[in-house]
Amino acid sequence: MKGTQLGEFEEIVLLTIALLYDDAYSAAVVEELSQRLERPMSLGAVHRTMQRLEEKRLVHSRFGEATAERGGRRKRLFTVTTAGEQVLQEARRIRNELWADIPKAAFGGGVS
Amino acid sequence: MSQKQTNRPPGWAQRLLERITAPHLREEIQGDMDELFQKRAQRHGYPKARLLYVVDLLLLLHPRLWRREPNVNFKARYTRYNDVSNPFFFHPTMIRNYVKIAFRNLVKNKAYSAINIGGLAVGMAVAMLIGIWINDELSANKHHKNYKTLYQVKLSQTFDGQRGTQDALPFPVGEELKSKYPDFKAVAMYDRGEGNRSLIVGNQKFLKQGLFIGEEAIDMFSLNILNGDKNPLKEPYSIVLSDETAKALFGQQDPIGKILKLDNKVDLKVTAVVAKQPKNATLQFDYLLPWSLQENMYDWVAKYVKTNWENNGWGVFVQLKDGIDPAQTNAKIKDVILSHLSNDPNTRKLVKPELFLHPMAKWRLYSEFAEGKNTGGFIKYVRLFGIFGLFILVIACINFMNLSTARSEKRAKEVGVRKAVGSGREQLIGQFLSESTLIAFMALVLAFGMVLISLPYFNSLTTKTMAIEFGNPVFWGIMLVFTIFTGLLAGSYPALYLSSFNPVKILKGGVHVGKSASLPRKILVVVQFTFSIVLMIGTIIIYQQMQHGKNRPIGFTKQGLISVSSSNDLTTNFEALRNELLASGAVSSICKSNSPPTQWWSSNGGWSWKGSTPEDKSAIFTTIATNFDYIKTMGIKLKEGRDFSRDFTTDSSGVILNEAAVKRMGLKHPVGEILKWAGKDRTVVGVIPDIVVEWSPYQTVRPLTIIFEKDRNWVSFLCVRINPAMAPSLAIQKMAPIFDKYNPGFPFDYKFSDTEYAKKFYYEELIGNLSAIVSVLAIFISCLGLFGLASFMAEQRTKEIGIRKVLGASVTSVWGLLSKDFVLLVIISCLIASPVAWYAMNQWLESYTYKITIGAGVFLIVLMMALAITLLTISYQAIKAALLNPVKSLRSE
Repeated sequence: MKGTQLGEFEEIVLLTIALLYDDAYSAAVVEELSQRLERPMSLGAVHRTMQRLEEKRLVHSRFGEATAERGGRRKRLFTVTTAGEQVLQEARRIRNELWADIPKAAFGGGVS
Repeated sequence: MSQKQTNRPPGWAQRLLERITAPHLREEIQGDMDELFQKRAQRHGYPKARLLYVVDLLLLLHPRLWRREPNVNFKARYTRYNDVSNPFFFHPTMIRNYVKIAFRNLVKNKAYSAINIGGLAVGMAVAMLIGIWINDELSANKHHKNYKTLYQVKLSQTFDGQRGTQDALPFPVGEELKSKYPDFKAVAMYDRGEGNRSLIVGNQKFLKQGLFIGEEAIDMFSLNILNGDKNPLKEPYSIVLSDETAKALFGQQDPIGKILKLDNKVDLKVTAVVAKQPKNATLQFDYLLPWSLQENMYDWVAKYVKTNWENNGWGVFVQLKDGIDPAQTNAKIKDVILSHLSNDPNTRKLVKPELFLHPMAKWRLYSEFAEGKNTGGFIKYVRLFGIFGLFILVIACINFMNLSTARSEKRAKEVGVRKAVGSGREQLIGQFLSESTLIAFMALVLAFGMVLISLPYFNSLTTKTMAIEFGNPVFWGIMLVFTIFTGLLAGSYPALYLSSFNPVKILKGGVHVGKSASLPRKILVVVQFTFSIVLMIGTIIIYQQMQHGKNRPIGFTKQGLISVSSSNDLTTNFEALRNELLASGAVSSICKSNSPPTQWWSSNGGWSWKGSTPEDKSAIFTTIATNFDYIKTMGIKLKEGRDFSRDFTTDSSGVILNEAAVKRMGLKHPVGEILKWAGKDRTVVGVIPDIVVEWSPYQTVRPLTIIFEKDRNWVSFLCVRINPAMAPSLAIQKMAPIFDKYNPGFPFDYKFSDTEYAKKFYYEELIGNLSAIVSVLAIFISCLGLFGLASFMAEQRTKEIGIRKVLGASVTSVWGLLSKDFVLLVIISCLIASPVAWYAMNQWLESYTYKITIGAGVFLIVLMMALAITLLTISYQAIKAALLNPVKSLRSE
């Protein structure tokens, strides 16, 4: 299937959406990532990535509740789809396999 | 800054975000931005949060932010089958649909379609014909390889305060330019000889036109030598024939090396055959003679003119070396003639002869000079007809637009349904544009047919041999662009207008195209009629001016007067010829002359008279050199004095003046005055009225001197007055054997003066005829449009008319009701067109001295004509509508 290729940032955003589970919307993803990556995130980059993920049908969206700090505006809540989950699993499997196949000597035996 | 503002994001940034964000994203994005702002404010304080808000906004800027939502039912794009986005409006399927609908519409409204396509086709055909004509004019001489470096040497001189420009130069100029000025790659002298010479092969005699020309001309003009010597004009006794002449003279035989006799004088050997020049070339000839032959043939050339710098009668063509600026050369050769005349202070001061180069690109269309400056020429007519062609095309397009918009109400439902089903505006525009382009192509095919049929007539009207260049890709390119352009132009208004309809309104109860919609239509009708009326007024004025020139009293009787080219034999045997002709009863009078009866060929300065100043020597008098019986033969009524007479031996030094000459000399009692010219005293024996023998029949008549000439060399023509009691054809029959007897070397060739005189109106007739055709067609196309519009109006108001009739309106009043609008439009057009036409035609008339003044009559006549035509066109529809039984028209509900 076309679109299974995930960029690094796309993967991170997708994982964050999964992490936030029921409260994954752009601002929350920005907050979460800023803290975890310890660098400022721009809303634009995150929002566009989430749009792209939706076009690839890896997430789907619905409107959530409105809050006061949002000026009474609704959030768009994202949930990872089955396809999204499969893509994440696939990416993880590839990484695990890669890690597993790295010879011990490569990192000076320092990995345990 | 107040507290309230600092704890909120910057207002401008918020407004910007609001503006640029696509509607379907606006809510979430604004919410996210606000939420982030609040959280950051708590963490880092308001100033930092405000800064980050702006940074985030800048990083948000991306097409994804403002791109509209592709479809409400959002579907992924990458699958093939759930793609329901709008098809591209030029998708093949859509085009097929457009074409189908277009054809159905055409067939459904046959009358409209015929008017539409026919009108457009006529317009295109006219534009095409004019295009072909302009192309023919503009491409003249371009077949010469050295088109860019060839020049004609011209001479400007001032006589009597007027600076004139001429081709005629002294005989030695060419040799001088060739030997002393390195700027020239080649120089070819030629004689400007008018008239025909006789070529004799065996016992066959042919009158053909040709010229003496330098041997360099063959290469300069890249003449295509089909057969024979590559440098065929080197030997004096040779002749080069055009292929056409060669065929006429020798048939299928090989002409090279054959001997033929020229003017019954010298034997020449054919050295080459060259391809005939195209008809629009300036250099035209049936044969070429070597420049050096002149001296061998005419002893007076060697004796008088070879070193004479004052006798202007020859021309020079030059080719500049590549890369030489003609302005530079002009500066060098300016005074070539002056330097040879320097002993005469008068010439230096007053005449100021100056040579300059006239490039080949300007020979045909920019041939007029005034006061030593190039003032254009035929190019003004080329431009004029270019504009006419555009006019006609615009009128035809306007028609198309008008009819299409008028029909818009009928098509409105279609637009409504299409829109309701989901077609976008651009699709509708595409539909209407492709429909109009289709019609334009159909019109093109029809126009081609019209052009093919009318081209022979057009050719004979313009005396050209033009053809459609079917093999030329440029031609097809132009046609294609032209048609698509016409289609798009014609379809633009209906396309943009129809597609703007609101589907809800249309489908609810039909659009009510109110005043706002009919106003542009009215403006278009006014524009169309303004064009047509300007053309109509212009044509009438051109015809009036032509008629004015033809009605000008010319002072001599051109009917029954013929001219015959003279020859050695004719002048030698003149007395015997004269006696025999008079005795035959076919001729009442005959005289010798240096020019044909309708023209003068010579002009001279250097006259002095009682009370003349030295400056008066530069006054130019046209000269007719003749002998006995000139006045009698020409049929001139003398003002004073008498004709040259055989009874007065002193008449051999006599002179006859015209009134203009008397006025110029300021003579109170001219007869008997003694004038001096060419070192000889001449007595005025008579005064004639100003006879019009000018090149243009609209010119002021110049001062003329008729001198008595015994010298045979100056006789070029015999003028013969046919006995009025005898029918001209019979007289010609009787004269022919007598001329053949005394002129064995030439076929008997004669020209009637009245037809020769009529040729002077060539340009006026050409322009008059062309503009008559153009304006008739313009009116025709406009009327087609009007007819269509009127029928549409009548149809639209059927019910209104029905009700009016039920309430008691008469046929006349209904007719008036329908006609009123159009009549008003035509009157407005007349009001606009009249001043425009008046101004333009006044400009045109400026170039004539003998001219009409434009009266109010023309405008009134055109107004009446326009009204009459309009009423005729629309009355058919109006009366038809008015006669309709109201029961029928009202029952239709």
